[in-house]
Amino acid sequence: MTVTLFIPCFVDLFYPQVGISMVRILERLGHKVVCPSSPACCGQPAFNTGYWDESRKIAMKVIESLKDAEVVVIASGSCGAMLKVFYPELFAGTKYEQMARELAPKCHEFSAFLVNKLGVTDLGATFPHKVTFHDGCHGLRELNNKRPPRELLAKVRGLELIEMDAAETCCGFGGTFSAKFPAISTAMGDVKCASALDTKAEFIVSCDSSCLMQIQGLADRQKKPIKTIHLAEVLVQS
Amino acid sequence: MSAPATHFKEDARRVSADLRHRGIIQTAMGKYEVVRDQRQRSFQDWQGARQLAAATKWQAVNHLDKHLEQFAQQIESRGTKVHWASTAAQARDIILGILREKNAKVVVKSKAMTSEEIHLNDAMEQAGYEVVESDLGEFIVQLREEPPYHLVFPAMHLTRGEIKDVFERKLHDAPSDEPEVLTMVARRVLRQKYLQADVGITGANFAIAETGMVSITENEGNARLTAALPRTMITLVGIEKVLPRLEDLALFLPMLAVMGTGQPITCYNTMYGGPRQPGEADGPEEYHVVLLDNQRTTLLADAEQRDALHCIRCGACLNVCPIFRNVGGYTYGTVYGGPIGSVITPHLRGLQDWKHLSYASSLCGACTETCPVKIDLHHHLLQNRRNASRSKPIWWQKIAFKLFAPVANSPALWSLTTKLGRIGQVFHGLIKGGVLDPAEAWTKTRELPPVAKQSFREWWKERK
Repeated sequence: MTVTLFIPCFVDLFYPQVGISMVRILERLGHKVVCPSSPACCGQPAFNTGYWDESRKIAMKVIESLKDAEVVVIASGSCGAMLKVFYPELFAGTKYEQMARELAPKCHEFSAFLVNKLGVTDLGATFPHKVTFHDGCHGLRELNNKRPPRELLAKVRGLELIEMDAAETCCGFGGTFSAKFPAISTAMGDVKCASALDTKAEFIVSCDSSCLMQIQGLADRQKKPIKTIHLAEVLVQS
Repeated sequence: MSAPATHFKEDARRVSADLRHRGIIQTAMGKYEVVRDQRQRSFQDWQGARQLAAATKWQAVNHLDKHLEQFAQQIESRGTKVHWASTAAQARDIILGILREKNAKVVVKSKAMTSEEIHLNDAMEQAGYEVVESDLGEFIVQLREEPPYHLVFPAMHLTRGEIKDVFERKLHDAPSDEPEVLTMVARRVLRQKYLQADVGITGANFAIAETGMVSITENEGNARLTAALPRTMITLVGIEKVLPRLEDLALFLPMLAVMGTGQPITCYNTMYGGPRQPGEADGPEEYHVVLLDNQRTTLLADAEQRDALHCIRCGACLNVCPIFRNVGGYTYGTVYGGPIGSVITPHLRGLQDWKHLSYASSLCGACTETCPVKIDLHHHLLQNRRNASRSKPIWWQKIAFKLFAPVANSPALWSLTTKLGRIGQVFHGLIKGGVLDPAEAWTKTRELPPVAKQSFREWWKERK
């Protein structure tokens, strides 16, 4: 099938490898991948800050650019939730509402797409490391995406998954929250890092680069011996 | 920034970096989670129970007028005097009026967050009454001249050493810091107060419309003594506490206990249906119920967030909230802290002054996931943000988002931004983490990843 891949702004700028890994995996599975060049953002920052009019300026372009897509794969649980869960609310009572409602069921976070839509769990990947998994909040609670990433990790050769106590606890990123309330955000990140370090894992894996940016940013500053990696980057390794 | 927002930011900065505080709260909440989960499993179908509880509260709140009238009629028929208070000031005046009429000197109270909401203790003390809190946690924070730290655990932020200290200072009696010993000290003091008190004031967990009864949940028996010993009893209850049927308690009493404290059921659950009836051995001679609105009907009028009135004040959303667990109960500067407080305080006390609480959330949704009555808490925070920005936008934010839209929408402008980002980051290295750094909020404690040498979109274009 033809998969339309939506690459959010921060993946585009900071973590292109995540998107590239997704392209390679999807192509390896025999699918045609297309990537709309714009918009480069889903409109979530404005939405979460309360500026829904400004958010709609971007979101309506996203809806238009994806309206003919067969399926849409989003390279982030958070942006995935924006398209799938929040667009219908954002456009409620406008002429875009219907389009938003039609788009929602076609949208999938990457790991959910592989497992729930394609029924694939074994990608033949090898990653001989101890890892722990961080559930991004939007993926976990808006998209109910607890199972798919773990099913994918279970099939990676050499990989040992050690769950941390605080797997479901927010890392403290929260978009603009991290800059509006840096002290709280940092404290939350510290709690997360401590829980991950307790597992003695070498890597924290997640479906959300934004969470990993927060965790890695803190760990690097504090010289903590932990690395972060997106699930797609694990799955692409052979 | 509003004064409460400034206060919040300052306290949040201080408390979230306080590792001792963080340790106390994380440990307490970790223990709570273990017993809560155990007790939830004793329900046949916990999610089904939540669904039923939400449906019952929906019915109660959406027909509040009928249920309240029924409640008042029933409880009055057994000789209770029901008072309707639209505002906090009215509620205080009603209660002070009763105290004057009864010529009271000493008032004993059992735990009631509604009394904190209307600042009843201050009003009674200013009017010259001696007021004693009888719940152990409340008793401790009252001695420390602090408000309750948490809806359910008012003194959870204190160590036994700190409790011993305040007992020594204020009661001159603290033989050791053993919880049992300190509890016995409190008990000796409180027993005298129950006997001296002219009036007992309680809150209410539920008000049963069908039978006209007030249901009070507790663990120490202090509410029973507060109700039984003084000649006059007053119950202050928020109008949203009404439940339609007596049988609803079969669900709500265990649910409140499980989510509040991780108990299967609390030690004492008592229903009060009126003053002492002819032939009865005990109970107050006079019983007053004060029904408090205080902006609850404003929330009722908001169809989008009306479900916030479902709240049974179990505190479960605070317990799981990573913000609460790091900033603590006092930072909020409100009677109701944590997620539920962040949702309702703007409705109770004004959106513009209290909107910062809705922004002080990563929107992780742990609160919504745990809420036993299924209040859509974190989405209400989003709605509060929308309402706040719509009614009073912050000019620079609005401009920033207005400018960002065409950049995100245009491949050429986005490509230019990517290139500018790479150049900017070279110079950013010189000011990183300092006062001149526009990204200081991030870089003070965290590294920022570099802009990739080749962005995804650049890679994609080249590949094609």
